[in-house]
Amino acid sequence: MQLFERSATEIVHAVQSGDISAVECVTTFLDRIDRLDGKVNAFLAVNRERALAQAADIDTRRAAGKPIGPLAGLPVAVKDALCTTDFPTTCASKMLAGYRPPYDAEVVARLRRADAVIVGKTNMDEFAMGGSNENSAFGPVHNPWDLSRAPGGSSGGSAACVAADMAPVAIGSDTGGSIRQPAGLCGITGFKPTYGRVSRRGLVAFASSLDQVGPMARSAADCALIMESIAGHDPGDATSLTDAVPSYSQLLNEPLAGLRIGRVAEHYGPGLDPEVARGVDEAFAVFKAAGATVHDVELPHAKYGIPTYYLIAPCEASSNLARYDGAHYGVRAELGKGVRAELGGVVRAELGKGVRAELGGVVRAELGKGVRAQLGGVVPAQPGGVVPAQLGGVVPAQLGKGAGAEYVGSFESPLVEMYCRSRAEGFGPEVKRRIMLGTYALSAGYYDAFYAKALRVRRLIQQDFLEAFKKVDLIAGPVSPTPAFPLGEKTGDPLAMYLVDMYTVGTNLAGIGGISFPCGFTKGGLPIGFQLQGPALAETLLLRSADRFQRLTDWHRRRPPLSV
Amino acid sequence: MSLSSKDVAKVGSLARLALTEDDLERMTGELSKIIDFVSQLGELDTSAVEPLAHPLDTRNVFRDDEPAPSLTTEQALASAPRHDGSCFLVPAVLGESGAA
Repeated sequence: MQLFERSATEIVHAVQSGDISAVECVTTFLDRIDRLDGKVNAFLAVNRERALAQAADIDTRRAAGKPIGPLAGLPVAVKDALCTTDFPTTCASKMLAGYRPPYDAEVVARLRRADAVIVGKTNMDEFAMGGSNENSAFGPVHNPWDLSRAPGGSSGGSAACVAADMAPVAIGSDTGGSIRQPAGLCGITGFKPTYGRVSRRGLVAFASSLDQVGPMARSAADCALIMESIAGHDPGDATSLTDAVPSYSQLLNEPLAGLRIGRVAEHYGPGLDPEVARGVDEAFAVFKAAGATVHDVELPHAKYGIPTYYLIAPCEASSNLARYDGAHYGVRAELGKGVRAELGGVVRAELGKGVRAELGGVVRAELGKGVRAQLGGVVPAQPGGVVPAQLGGVVPAQLGKGAGAEYVGSFESPLVEMYCRSRAEGFGPEVKRRIMLGTYALSAGYYDAFYAKALRVRRLIQQDFLEAFKKVDLIAGPVSPTPAFPLGEKTGDPLAMYLVDMYTVGTNLAGIGGISFPCGFTKGGLPIGFQLQGPALAETLLLRSADRFQRLTDWHRRRPPLSV
Repeated sequence: MSLSSKDVAKVGSLARLALTEDDLERMTGELSKIIDFVSQLGELDTSAVEPLAHPLDTRNVFRDDEPAPSLTTEQALASAPRHDGSCFLVPAVLGESGAA
């Protein structure tokens, strides 16, 4: 077995025992990123030098007999929604292009303390809003099983990089299914813990009562390993749970006999692909063979999950995203006639008439007649002759259409105009749609009919789960109604895209945990995902049940043709 | 339930999002469809149901009121589009703005 095919658990043991060096391990995965990511586009930033320096430090400490952490030498890819001081953190938005947070997210800090090596930041739907990764400002991710298809979202880059063996483990975030759905569509294992089990500090906020961080890996055993390092109380997150963190990995061996699994009639409604239904039924059979019993349960309000979610999440988002005001960080649109834009604070390009700046991954400003400057280090570009463009290291930003656009209405002051233009230019269409929807649903006269109504239905949905968990230990079913869909198929219809989360949003609304993992493949060779949902703080049971399934099947060991 | 482009323009102003004519037209259609869809919650009688704003039991979290290290001025200003070394600089808070 090649090094890149080994599980995270095996890699960690091999580094601890000295069978392989951390440098060797990190190099292997960095080389795969170099070779494969041109096709997949899973990464928004990779830092080879820094990753190798960290790996070398681990090797030096180990050689000197000094202690190394429980994840020493393990390459980890982190969703670009989590703050990192040594990588830009963009949420795949123009708004945050090039942004360097002044602190690490708590999860990132914990990974570093465990001596994991963060190799890069992964692509995602902008601000985690989407189910296909097509809402990234930096281009979609391609599903490694079929490059013409979406990887799911919003943690599409994290799912795809694990599926393509570009990292053994990735970190995602899940607000309505954003870990489990892309894991299902990419044939990997994705774990959304109970709300509050993993700190949200430094996770760029989308919908704060729903957001949760979790691991994405090839197996439940690897997710258990990562959870041991990232879960636990954080005084910096007031919603973080204080309960002790079990040794998840060591509890995987207990038998499943007596496990009661609920099968939900509501899951088999219209829209469920027959091949997915078949794969899910076969997974139930595997659990029965392992000693579990399957019982019918009802989630009578399941069909209201999507409308409830698409009120609550946009309402919270419209409030959370108010912080992007062009004043403190992020994109600012400058006022005045003609086109003049200030980007990120790191980059500032002042542009005269007819001047167009295209600031993509590599910064490029096209300036006036025949003038073109490649802006890497420090480049004195003075199109206006007044203000120098100051271009720092990494600054991807695209100021195309937005700049200088003709907007309707008038603004009450220059400050408000700057806010409105900056937000118009920095945010993409789906983010704007959700901010608008949330603002509408919270506005005077509509609050009770929409937001307060959704909160009441949220309680009904939570009560459905509480009732069901009186009869069964876990609830199981499909992760998504269909396997991976073609890129572009749903981009013209926001509502159709929202429905991809129909089986996953309930978990977030109820604040409970869920795990998804592959349970088969379609005739066309696409992975089919299975989901288990458990009561609050049933992490051990979810991980153990998924691990048991993976000991009895080998779907999770299959590799996309891309990796061969 | 259908939104007018006037409604959408008002929401845009509340949300501090400048909208072009194209945005306005497209969003009026899209938001109307989404609002129609989420309005199905109206089928449910929730008069006796308490709203659930947060999945955890409500509890307050206290900490000792002690000074702790925080961001320096330099760190806080590092990503600001404009600053003067101690303050964020923004356009005039009062006064006329040019029509968009």
